[in-house]
Amino acid sequence: MPQEVLLEVKDLRTEFFSSKTSSVTAVANVSFNINKGEILGLVGESGCGKSVTSLSIMQLLKDTPGKITNGQIILDGVDLVTASAEDVRKIRGGKMSMIFQEPMSALNPSMRIDKQMIETICLHSDKTKEQALAHAAEMLKKVGIPDPPRVLKNYPHQLSGGMSQRVMIAMAMSNDPKLLIADEPTTALDVTIQAQILDLMKKIQKEEQSSILLITHDLGVVAEMCSRVIVMYAGKIVEEAPVEILFGNPSHPYTQGLIASVPKLGSGVKVLPSIPGSVPDLAAMPEGCRFAPRCKYATDKCRTENPELFEIGENHRCRCWLMQDK
Amino acid sequence: MEKKPILSLKNVSKTFPVGKSLLGKPTKFVHAVNNVSFDVYEGETFSIVGESGCGKSTTGRLINHLMSPDSGEIWFQGKEISKISQDEMRPLRKDMQMIFQDPAGSLNPRMKVAELIEEPLLIHTDLDEAGRMKIVNELLGIVGLSAKHAQRYPHEFSGGQKQRVGIARALTVNPKLVIADEPISALDVSIQAQVLNLLNRLQQEYKLTYVFISHDLSVVEMISDRIAVMYLGFVVETAPKELLYKTPMHPYTEALLSAVPIPDPTLHKERIILEGDIPSTINLPKGCPFAARCKKCKPVCLEERPVTHEVEPGHFVACHLYD
Repeated sequence: MPQEVLLEVKDLRTEFFSSKTSSVTAVANVSFNINKGEILGLVGESGCGKSVTSLSIMQLLKDTPGKITNGQIILDGVDLVTASAEDVRKIRGGKMSMIFQEPMSALNPSMRIDKQMIETICLHSDKTKEQALAHAAEMLKKVGIPDPPRVLKNYPHQLSGGMSQRVMIAMAMSNDPKLLIADEPTTALDVTIQAQILDLMKKIQKEEQSSILLITHDLGVVAEMCSRVIVMYAGKIVEEAPVEILFGNPSHPYTQGLIASVPKLGSGVKVLPSIPGSVPDLAAMPEGCRFAPRCKYATDKCRTENPELFEIGENHRCRCWLMQDK
Repeated sequence: MEKKPILSLKNVSKTFPVGKSLLGKPTKFVHAVNNVSFDVYEGETFSIVGESGCGKSTTGRLINHLMSPDSGEIWFQGKEISKISQDEMRPLRKDMQMIFQDPAGSLNPRMKVAELIEEPLLIHTDLDEAGRMKIVNELLGIVGLSAKHAQRYPHEFSGGQKQRVGIARALTVNPKLVIADEPISALDVSIQAQVLNLLNRLQQEYKLTYVFISHDLSVVEMISDRIAVMYLGFVVETAPKELLYKTPMHPYTEALLSAVPIPDPTLHKERIILEGDIPSTINLPKGCPFAARCKKCKPVCLEERPVTHEVEPGHFVACHLYD
């Protein structure tokens, strides 16, 4: 079955400027597609550029020192990088919306839930306030909130973390987005609440046939939710593969190390394999492959020349010199 | 071999006042820790797991005498420490050290690493400067840093390295018991494994006893010998690791274990999804603390607090299903 592409990111480069001339590159050479109706996982450790990638897609870097200096982000045929602020505003929250890591701080603390939700709905449709309110209540019901009329009258501080995240999801889904970007949506939540929210996201994705870009550092969440996965390291994509292949046959030494270093429930191991060293500083990136200083297979070539993202199988790409001829 | 408890908690409770009436008296209490009892044996790793607000960190602080319990007894090395003064506690702290969750927040940013690690030695020993520096440099080596790091400030280190400094600091005075409160949750996955391995190695080399506080069941499985599961300030189940993971008895433990996402896409397990949120600890439920979210709830669960039973040797459960 040929898959329809919803979002296309082409050679994205995002830099953060500390002055007019000096900058650090947070994300470089990032290209990937999101197909219609799929959940794509984006994993990596802190500072690998996964959140900057999502903020770049959402065009939320306008008021920061960050700037997209290269590349295209094409959603449904529209390049968001060159689109006018007005057009982007219509798309954001409409065709494409986002849920954040900390539901408590992502909601406006001084506005009641009903007002926040109506605002989002009215901005993107020509519903009246009454219709919008009814729609808001319906959305809250959909995300499993027991008593929507009561919650609508609440302020964010009156809700628990899990409830706030449900409200966030309801708000993000209220204009039938085609793409939902979820940046660590369950990291701030307890495991039993995390299980509830993941379950809910899967259910909604199935019902609405929307696409989700799920950003997380938790490989367990990825294994459970995603059909395809992108692994990022130090601002670059190092591997991209369908989820079964990524866990069954990881090809990049970093992916291998990452998967091995996660303790698995019921495995009974006492000592975990770990990756030596730590993530390089964005301002002092090593030459050649960025993982080379921590890689046990590194050769002289790895330390001097930057590997490309090689095609090594169906839908399987890997940025490693070892994989060049495979 | 008869195992000796190094630490025992007996019916320990702690409440915090919230809200104030007109006369300044507190009107409500948060029941953070309720009737908690357990023993920790020499040389083992005893883990306390639970979700946020379950009282696991408060329990850690009570053990370390950073606060005193409202009622109950805490025995450490044969001495009751729950009501002693800070002055009496100070010499005991040599044997009981703590590693904190946030490595950045627990190191004084204005002190060099050498000074940070040296500090406990100044308090607990009368070594001269050369002697102290010798230990500092040794410790840096032991936790995987080097002597050149000694003259740097905390901000020059990554999170994992800071946590190594925190561990070195806890080890300076040769403690017997180390309380580690979520020591790796602020770290990245690849760094977590490094620090866990370090903790494991140190335990074997120095015969340490750990009280390991965590919310992450996969991490706890790796490091623990015995585990206590807490919910709403109560210990609901205590068991050796093998029993807890193979045959969890309390419905909450079952749900907690089933909620952990497994990094293996070929595995499709049936999850127990708990409804609702954790209730507030201000108004504790009359019966079982877990009754409101429990799928196996019986009428008696709403009325009566379950008593802790030893269902099989070493496996304690507080649940009416096992009465």
